[in-house]
Amino acid sequence: MSSFFSIASPNAARRQFLGHSGFMLSGAAVALLAGRDALAAKSNDAAAGDARILNTALGAELEAIAAYQVGAESGLLEKPVLALALQFQGHHKEHADLLAKTVQKLGGKPVAAKSKYAFPVEGLKAQADVLRFAAQLEQGAVSAYLGAVPLFRNRDLSKAAASILGDEAMHWAVLRNALGENPVPVAFVA
Amino acid sequence: MIEGALLLAALAAGDPKAGEAIYPRCQACHALAYDRVGPRHCGLLGRRAGSVPGFDYSPAMKRSKLVWNRQTLDRFLADPPSAIPGTTMTYAGVADAKERADLIAFLARADCARP
Repeated sequence: MSSFFSIASPNAARRQFLGHSGFMLSGAAVALLAGRDALAAKSNDAAAGDARILNTALGAELEAIAAYQVGAESGLLEKPVLALALQFQGHHKEHADLLAKTVQKLGGKPVAAKSKYAFPVEGLKAQADVLRFAAQLEQGAVSAYLGAVPLFRNRDLSKAAASILGDEAMHWAVLRNALGENPVPVAFVA
Repeated sequence: MIEGALLLAALAAGDPKAGEAIYPRCQACHALAYDRVGPRHCGLLGRRAGSVPGFDYSPAMKRSKLVWNRQTLDRFLADPPSAIPGTTMTYAGVADAKERADLIAFLARADCARP
């Protein structure tokens, strides 16, 4: 993969991307971690329902962390791509940490990472396979958060989920670009 | 009249190719051939809800007593949390009936040999 990004150089593009990527999650963290009173004020049923949504998201985030680990350890990624994969994995770790804390705040029990995940590792034979696999997970994550946003009873949680959605949509776009695909092929995600 | 009936039947049956293009929305949590956050999709039609061996279903799903067919899937996919309150498929659903029909047509052919 000689041209990872079409803008400037791969490293410059990566620096530019990474320089901005922490912004949206910070917004989510503020909304959730500072929102203790608002969360506590909701009814038990609403809190339980919101915790269930967050726990499903947490399960997917934990799986994504494991998937990026598989990619990182595959030996198939070039150095700048590996650095980017680890950065994305770091985002998923931040998402998972925040989701777990919020589930606890809502009185729920955060789901734990599975001891083993089933990934189609036999199909990962080149860097592009790893990127495609990651892109597929990120696309699914975008759809999942999009489907979760309208379900929260607490609108602060909708906002936080939308913030994570934005981050994962950026991952998806970057991975598509790395694969030589149109990074943003449509005006709306579904 | 006959053409209209055929069109309605085609819509009800769905287009698996179009459904395949919709399926990536499911892939945050599901795969065709293996369990993830959600259970595997191959063999879905005709399967009792909550019955994939070893998968940790919500109590609500296990209690639902549903058998997945075109009708039950259509109802569930339109609004999972309303169709089965307490499901961990916390997703607002696929609002468009044609998209649901296409997705179900794809799922009906889901191949366990394909990841």
